[in-house]
Amino acid sequence: MTLAPHAPAPPAAARTWTRVCAYADLLPERGAAALVLGRQIALFRTFDGEVFAVGNRDPFSGAYVMSRGIVGSRGAEPVVAAPMHKQVFSLVTGVCLDDPMAALPVYPVRVAGGVVEIDIATAGEVSAA
Amino acid sequence: MKIVVAGYGPAAHRFADTLTGRGFAGTLTVIGEEPRHAYDRVALTSHLSGPPGTVDLTYPEITGIGAIRLGDRVTAIDRAGRAVTTAAGHREPYDVLVLATGSAPFVPPVPGAGRAFVYRTIDDLDAIRAASAGATSGVVIGGGLLGLEAADALRGLGLATHVVEMAGWLMPRQVDEGGGAVLRGHIERLGLTVHTGVGLDRIEDDRVVLADGTEIPADVVVFSAGVRPRDELARECGLAVGPRGGVVVDEGMRTSDPAIYAIGECALAGGAVYGLVAPCFTMAEVAARRVLGEDVAFTGADTSTKLKLLGVDVASFGRLSGALDVTYMDPVGGVYKKLFVSDDARTLLGGICVGDATPYTMLRPLVGRELTASPSDLLFAGAGAAMTGADFPDDAQVCSCNNVTRGEIGKAVSDLGVTDVAGVKKCTRAGTSCGSCVPTLAAILAAEGVTLSKALCEHFDHSRPELFDIVRVRGITTFSQLIAEHGRGRGCDICKPVIASILASLGGGHVLEGEQAALQDTNDHFLANIQKNGTYSVVPRIPGGEITPEKLIVIGEVARDFGLYTKITGGQRIDLFGARVEQLPKIWRRLVDAGFESGHAYGKALRTVKSCVGSTWCRYGVQDSVGMAIALELRYRGLRSPHKIKSAVSGCARECAEARSKDFGIIATDNGWNLYVGGNGGFKPRHADLLASDLSDEALVRTIDRFLMFYIRTADRLQRTAAWVEGIGLDYLREVIIDDSLGICADLDEAMARHVEGYFDEWRATIDDPDKMRRFVSFVNAPDVPDPSIVFETERDQIKPVLVEVSRS
Ligand SMILES: Cc1cc2nc3c(=O)[nH]c(=O)nc-3n(C[C@H](O)[C@H](O)[C@H](O)COP(=O)(O)OP(=O)(O)OC[C@H]3O[C@@H](n4cnc5c(N)ncnc54)[C@H](O)[C@@H]3O)c2cc1C
Repeated sequence: MTLAPHAPAPPAAARTWTRVCAYADLLPERGAAALVLGRQIALFRTFDGEVFAVGNRDPFSGAYVMSRGIVGSRGAEPVVAAPMHKQVFSLVTGVCLDDPMAALPVYPVRVAGGVVEIDIATAGEVSAA
Repeated sequence: MKIVVAGYGPAAHRFADTLTGRGFAGTLTVIGEEPRHAYDRVALTSHLSGPPGTVDLTYPEITGIGAIRLGDRVTAIDRAGRAVTTAAGHREPYDVLVLATGSAPFVPPVPGAGRAFVYRTIDDLDAIRAASAGATSGVVIGGGLLGLEAADALRGLGLATHVVEMAGWLMPRQVDEGGGAVLRGHIERLGLTVHTGVGLDRIEDDRVVLADGTEIPADVVVFSAGVRPRDELARECGLAVGPRGGVVVDEGMRTSDPAIYAIGECALAGGAVYGLVAPCFTMAEVAARRVLGEDVAFTGADTSTKLKLLGVDVASFGRLSGALDVTYMDPVGGVYKKLFVSDDARTLLGGICVGDATPYTMLRPLVGRELTASPSDLLFAGAGAAMTGADFPDDAQVCSCNNVTRGEIGKAVSDLGVTDVAGVKKCTRAGTSCGSCVPTLAAILAAEGVTLSKALCEHFDHSRPELFDIVRVRGITTFSQLIAEHGRGRGCDICKPVIASILASLGGGHVLEGEQAALQDTNDHFLANIQKNGTYSVVPRIPGGEITPEKLIVIGEVARDFGLYTKITGGQRIDLFGARVEQLPKIWRRLVDAGFESGHAYGKALRTVKSCVGSTWCRYGVQDSVGMAIALELRYRGLRSPHKIKSAVSGCARECAEARSKDFGIIATDNGWNLYVGGNGGFKPRHADLLASDLSDEALVRTIDRFLMFYIRTADRLQRTAAWVEGIGLDYLREVIIDDSLGICADLDEAMARHVEGYFDEWRATIDDPDKMRRFVSFVNAPDVPDPSIVFETERDQIKPVLVEVSRS
């Protein structure tokens, strides 16, 4: 595995947004899995109403379960804990705070007119190709 | 800079991990002969402990390795051209080459050796497993550490197993003759046959023949007669090797060619080859840091060992001889302890323990030092009694795996403000490998004046019992209110499930109601048990293990219709595996319609009350154990607690229900029931203690009510009743719940009455509520598309998960 340079984020206007679900479909302080253009995404709605999108695959167990982790905070950082073995990941950067060598891809996400949309092409991720 | 590593075992993995973790900017290529990623060889035997494929020993992946060639072997080193060649025909140039080729088992040149196995790799173990199918007898040649481990593995594969050791006793490198004799007793009690003081003459088709003519039937023969460093590459290219093997290195792990390092079991460092993983790790770290320009050195390693071998503690440390020694031997209890001291009996030189390793933890750091108590006091009073953290001199090595001294731990406290064992582990790495020094770390923290924090996590400064009281007394009903008034932040995977459990224990309604849903761990959130591939298992309640044929048929039909794997559990019920989240409600609709309810296998809650068949059928039974088990299971079903609770009822003193291994166990007497509490199976087995005898039905139920409620109120997070009872003591427990010394019994009784009154079936309530059902979808935007990553194959006519590939490029 090699560390891919973070893809330079295209200007907001150049993003391609894909509709995923209604904001109301997301339960507060929980995650939901979504299938977007063949990729499994974990969406989270935090306490303050913000939405985050990361990869659904738990890099430690290999299972697609990140959306089922417990959401919370570590310091000021919103986090999710992997449901299998409880490694904690930042929802902002995707990096595993317990083992910085591991990370989840993170996807730009927005709520437009009550609809959650993500930019699947732009993942600031550690490539696992 | 281009670095090539030959070999991909523990040493190579640690090397790569250290290098990349410290910001190495060049290219790193690893070439490993085995067809798989580096794995934990120390735990190799566990590969045989489950069905093939269930135990994954693979080390965590390392990001930053440029290329890993698995299943390829380095065949030659061209030192002049600075390149290696491999069996697959690759030529790999290097600036720095690291040999981490480990060692190979020694196979004595006896007739018939060709059909014997060795015990070193996963492939070796797979071959042994295959050969053991249909076989009945096995022989292990070599009664050392690994030989005994291999022998136990053969026994586990169902073979009648013999161990042959040439020396006069077992494990001659670690223990002396007395220790060997006690160890032999343990091994023989496990059903293994031991031959010592005799060598092997030859191996025939179906037997081995020993030097004294003894013939032992042997379908499977395993050699465990020592290892030899794999130094062949070094030899062939002219690097210095030791007279008895091993690549000669300096204290920076450099061989006689400055561009080549050697680490791990193939290296001869300071005149010694180390056969334990801890020194191999240290060598790997030293080499990596040298490559990065740091000035670190490997100056030898402690070869103390502490093992749990076949359930027996065996440990040795320091010198295994001395002018004077003190021995404690209890052949009946299987304990042997010996300390070696200087001729004035004041300095500790070393020690051996079999059957009880407590002296090891406390005394190993004191090797070479003046004793603080007489040697016999140290042996008899238990080392802990004679020693506190303050007694360790600053330069005493406390953690031998990571080479951390007493002084460094003191510094972590004084300079870095560390306040708990976790902090010590993080700052110093002490206690992070084998863990045997953790009690000592706690003692040192206490000696440093640190009062160990009882804070649950970073969000609450309170312990679980304190939070329980806060919630109960203040009548708090939501997590948000509790954290706003008594905590900080938004919680985590530690505090949220704890608060969820407290709210549930206090009668907080459905665990998926409103905000509570967000607190639950995935098991409680889906009311099912998550399995390794992200599917769930389903366990309907079968109270007391009693079930009608009709209900059995329903379970069978449900399993068949949904394609689930079925397994009988240890708790006398049936587990159905492989359900996807979106299938769970459909499965439960069928089960609920047939009269089943949740078994709470997913919850920290009452699991099962097992029973024997009791006086109704059994000619020995003296009470109706099944009836009592059902009554108790129905009474306490759904009761949320700090950890899971298991129970059993036996209908007579023969104890077929194994009640004494349970959190609360009941054994029938001629006059009523005996109640035992605090038992445990699992990781740390404990027999339950007798709390009260000859109880009537009513007195039994009342005592259990109070026991459980008191436990729920006062235990720590994830503390089973075994540890809780040990912590508070049986006498105190009796005072509180039988003599009512705190005057809380009426309150406990009332709390249990509320629980019994308020019980409802969680699953029925879930499938009847569209709002709670919203979560049971595979994908929020494609609710009916099954998760494509979940794939099964067939084994023994049932499904099994296809291992999710954890990709390491
Ligand atoms: C069953 C068992 C139980 C053990 N229990 C304990 C224990 O309880 N405590 C303890 O401290 N230690 C224990 N050990 C010892 C421990 O496993 C070793 O000390 C450790 O594995 C050494 O690591 P290494 O990387 O130096 O060598 P190895 O683990 O031998 O790894 C070397 C790797 O290099 C590969 N290789 C060799 N030559 C080449 C080549 N030319 N090209 C490419 N690849 C090559 C080998 O195939 C191997 O995969 C145990 C060992 C076994 C087998």
